Amino acid sequence: MKKLLKRKETTLVLLILLLVFAVSLRAPGFVAPSSLLNIIVDTSILIIVSLGQFGVILIGGIDLSIGSTMALVGMAAAMLNQFVPSIPVWFFAPFSLLAGALLGGLGGILVAFGKLPPLIASLGMMSAYRGLVFILSKGQWVTANEMTEGFRKIPEGLTLGLPHMVWAALIVALLAHLFMRHTRSGRDVYAIGGNPTAARFAGVNQSKVEINVFLISGALAGLAGLLYVSRYGIAQNETASGFEMQTVAAAVLGGVNIAGGSGTVLGVILGSLFLGVVNNALPVLRLSPFLQMAIQGFIILTAVVANTLVDRRNKRVFAAGRAR
Amino acid sequence: MDANILEMRGVSMYFPGIKALDNVDLSVRPGEVHALIGENGAGKSTLVKVLTGLYKPTAGSIGFEGMARRFSSTVEAQLAGIVAIHQEPIMFPDLSVAENVFSGHMLRKRGTGLLDWPGMRATTRELCARIELSADPDSMVSELSVAQRHMVGIARALSMNARLLIMDEPTSALSIRETEDLFKIVRQLKAEGTAILFISHKFDELFAIADSYTVLRDGKLVGAGAMKDASVDSLVRLMAGRPMGQMFPKRKAQIGQEILQVKGFSAGRSFKDVSFSLRRGEILGFFGLVGAGRSEVMKSLLGLDPLDKGEIYLEGKKARFRDPRAALAQGLAYVPEDRQAQGLVLPLSIANNICLPQTASLATAGFIARKTEASLAREYGSKMEIRAAGWDVEALNLSGGNQQKVVLAKWLATKPRILILDEPTKGIDVGTKAAVHEFMSKLAAEGMAIIMISSELPEILGMSDRIVVMHEGSVAAVVDRAEATEEIILRAATGAATGATGEAA
Amino acid sequence: MSDLGTGFVDSSRLTRMSGPRRLADFLLRWESMLFFIFIAVFVGNSLLSPYFLDPFNLFDATFNFMEKAVMAMPMMFVILLGDIDISVASIISLSSLFMGMASAGGADTPTIIAIGLAVGLLAGIFNGLLITRLAIPSIAVTLGSSSLFRGIANAVLGDQAYTKYPASFAFVGQGYLGDSIVPFEILIFLATALFAGIVLNRTVYGRHVYAVGNNKTAARFSGVPVDRVRLIAFAVNGLAAGAAAIMLTSRIGSTRPNIASGYETDVITIVVLGGVAITGGKGNIAGVIISIFLLGYLKFGMGVLNVPGKVMNIITGVLLVVAILLPKFTDGLRARLRAGKAKSRARGEEKV
Repeated sequence: MKKLLKRKETTLVLLILLLVFAVSLRAPGFVAPSSLLNIIVDTSILIIVSLGQFGVILIGGIDLSIGSTMALVGMAAAMLNQFVPSIPVWFFAPFSLLAGALLGGLGGILVAFGKLPPLIASLGMMSAYRGLVFILSKGQWVTANEMTEGFRKIPEGLTLGLPHMVWAALIVALLAHLFMRHTRSGRDVYAIGGNPTAARFAGVNQSKVEINVFLISGALAGLAGLLYVSRYGIAQNETASGFEMQTVAAAVLGGVNIAGGSGTVLGVILGSLFLGVVNNALPVLRLSPFLQMAIQGFIILTAVVANTLVDRRNKRVFAAGRAR
Repeated sequence: MDANILEMRGVSMYFPGIKALDNVDLSVRPGEVHALIGENGAGKSTLVKVLTGLYKPTAGSIGFEGMARRFSSTVEAQLAGIVAIHQEPIMFPDLSVAENVFSGHMLRKRGTGLLDWPGMRATTRELCARIELSADPDSMVSELSVAQRHMVGIARALSMNARLLIMDEPTSALSIRETEDLFKIVRQLKAEGTAILFISHKFDELFAIADSYTVLRDGKLVGAGAMKDASVDSLVRLMAGRPMGQMFPKRKAQIGQEILQVKGFSAGRSFKDVSFSLRRGEILGFFGLVGAGRSEVMKSLLGLDPLDKGEIYLEGKKARFRDPRAALAQGLAYVPEDRQAQGLVLPLSIANNICLPQTASLATAGFIARKTEASLAREYGSKMEIRAAGWDVEALNLSGGNQQKVVLAKWLATKPRILILDEPTKGIDVGTKAAVHEFMSKLAAEGMAIIMISSELPEILGMSDRIVVMHEGSVAAVVDRAEATEEIILRAATGAATGATGEAA
Repeated sequence: MSDLGTGFVDSSRLTRMSGPRRLADFLLRWESMLFFIFIAVFVGNSLLSPYFLDPFNLFDATFNFMEKAVMAMPMMFVILLGDIDISVASIISLSSLFMGMASAGGADTPTIIAIGLAVGLLAGIFNGLLITRLAIPSIAVTLGSSSLFRGIANAVLGDQAYTKYPASFAFVGQGYLGDSIVPFEILIFLATALFAGIVLNRTVYGRHVYAVGNNKTAARFSGVPVDRVRLIAFAVNGLAAGAAAIMLTSRIGSTRPNIASGYETDVITIVVLGGVAITGGKGNIAGVIISIFLLGYLKFGMGVLNVPGKVMNIITGVLLVVAILLPKFTDGLRARLRAGKAKSRARGEEKV
């Protein structure tokens, strides 16, 4: 196991350090503690949703509805805040988690009982939820002016020196690690992704696992949506449009096997951080922010190809069949 | 202890058209190693599936540790103490050894319900030490060799405190040294009172480790007793002995010149240094038990699987086939064993299936030559006497026998010079079997060279001009039709004795 | 996505290469039901607006979905193979980008068209090579390439747009056949559909596609060049996206990086609604064509009702899910009908 850690995650840490170093050559201020902290704060949202996507990818699927879920829950939260300003601030986190879980859970039911491939279920949800944002808001935006100050402070308010966003990401990361590594349900996810037949033989309930990963992905997307709209002070139709691609890039970069069955929480976090560094480096290097999508696509492709080639070299031929 | 730990009485397992198990009794005492013996298809794996809860027996009773049991799932059986280790261990390649050992019954910390990794790691380490498996509990199973994965399977069974351990061909992937180690553990388990059902066809091992035996043949119980009272001869006779009254329609064929020669075929652990020759008009039978490597040799011949070493000579000229298409172009056709998964595209019609390998070559400018295909399908479908409502019936609606006929028709339509049949009559009713044999005979008489892989002794003996017997990846013997008997063939196949005389391939 | 490697027979996966046998069979066919729904949509539309049945309006309405129609044809092949391609909309973006650059550089219409097609084709080949040579799941490759292609357009254009195209270029997307009311775009689609139909039903390639989509292993054993079949499918998919790019760019008259945003969902919905199983091996072109017009006119009707675009997306999303769930019910019915027939046939066969 230690040997493995020496491979993927360590490589990633080195890559991140290398990247930061390279950027700092052009822009020395990049390595300043405040700048680095900013990167971490910025990346917290991505870390949170990427961990949700991680679960779905582990079972061999993909969740393309993350961006739409973020937008829908974010809009709902923003509108609540706008029209009922008296709602206490602490309400919103649990609300977002629950709302997101409901939306995700629907996908889980489609996959578990409708036997839909996760890709299709999430494609459908993506369109549907994005449309619901429009219906809910009647096409109107909620801007920073319409939000209460308490609401807008949710992500950036400091507790013990760290912004809430970072706390959220830390807590989610810790819980994710605990769940994935130290609970039976978490290991079941790996089992289903690694060898569904063997998993069933060992008594794993496939439907339960499928619903679980979608519930989690939805809940985290909901939370992220809340943080997103409150941080950027705007909730509109196209909020977080295409965000799910970033989560896939983060996961794949972090060494998660796109076909399912392997990957670590740490890897996902590191992958997210790498993307965060890239995204923050663009303005610093005076590069167009419009480069983001292309870089993302390039990263996904390179990471998938690299993962495939590395995995093939490492593994011996293994006879277990896998139906997908 | 006198009471039997396992008492199976009158157990039968019927599938539509097939009696996989017919009124079988099996008794195993605690702390004994009980050998389950039989040819391929005798019913051993069916019995195991019944015991482990995969199948529910059609009839009969199973008594385990004094209680009548009916298992409705594998998990239930495992929790009750019956654990099976299969020939190809079912594992999670990307997960650690410890996790595989404990899959399905992970240890939890008291109170929190969280997984107890240190505990699982420690226990795994203990178990590995016990069975002398030097593997780090945290290493990934994908990094282990096949033998080591097998040992992980054993560790898993041990971790579940199996009281009846079923080992299915456990040594087929093990070296001599590893086999000795395995036996040490088996003896240890015996001493602890664990009963072991040991399925193997290696007589030397059985005589070394087993206390008693049960022999199955065609799904029926044909013999049981103490190992010390048995001999290789008696066991072989029980396994194979059937009235040789069944005549096979093998016509006298003009055996012509050599058309194919294979020299020194080797591929990884599948087979080593396999050589044989094939002549026109000849039916060359390939016999062997599980793990012999026959299909693997043919697949490598055709380019479906990689080949480490070896040469092929087609009509004296050196040849190599990159893929089945290339082989087909040179006149080699391979009819695979699993006709549903490998031989047919089920939703396509009979006609479409028959013409599939030739659709491209018969087409004009990429357009399917419908009329040509229709007549081709009709011609070969009739030759094989396929019974269906029409040529456009979907293949999945046919019976097993007819499906096999479609697959054969498909390859015959390519007019091969060399036809390789892998278990051509497996799972087919008697009537169709005879028809297929008749047909094969006719083809050979017309000059086609045929390689027939079969695990059915009567078929091999009845149809082959020469028999190549394989054992664990090597050619154990090549026997001429005139000299072949069941005993000679079986001995060679089980490695029980040195091969019979016969010319070297 | 579709390998039946274990020999397990899923009797509900039947192709429609053999004709229907009974009336119930015929009525329960996916295409028939689709056709009825299509009629319903048509009737609904004409009730909504008296002008709907005017031929000019009917043709006019097609402008909005002919690009997707053209893309649905090769997408049908890709999905029949058991693969998927979600990068098609991004290929349009990339292709349109290069056409814009060419136009800005003074190229004439034929050159622009050639470039549009070439970019699409190359993008498709790019996808296909990664998928077949490196054996990477098509979802992973096309997910990445969809970001990459549109990302390139984003990077080059930012929030700018190419708006200068030669006058003759506009004919592709806006022109009519001679003096008639038949849009040129519909002709492009009809030609594409005819070609696709012939290839699917009459050529070796079509037969191979069904074989691979149903049972890759058996196809390989039977000598079908599985990887080549897949590569061609992705290449042609890219080419069609290029063609759609030409049509769309010509119709709107400009190139923006967000062009054709969301088209991939629509195209996949069209194909799946048309009766093509997402796991591959099953479906035919008739259903897809009906589906094109059904969805096209449905959207048109919704537009007349002033349903906002986003809400239409909800309906598309729901339709996609329903389109996949529904066959499981109807096939269950049909399987029961056929099982009855098969049993009696099998009994008849066993007399030797």
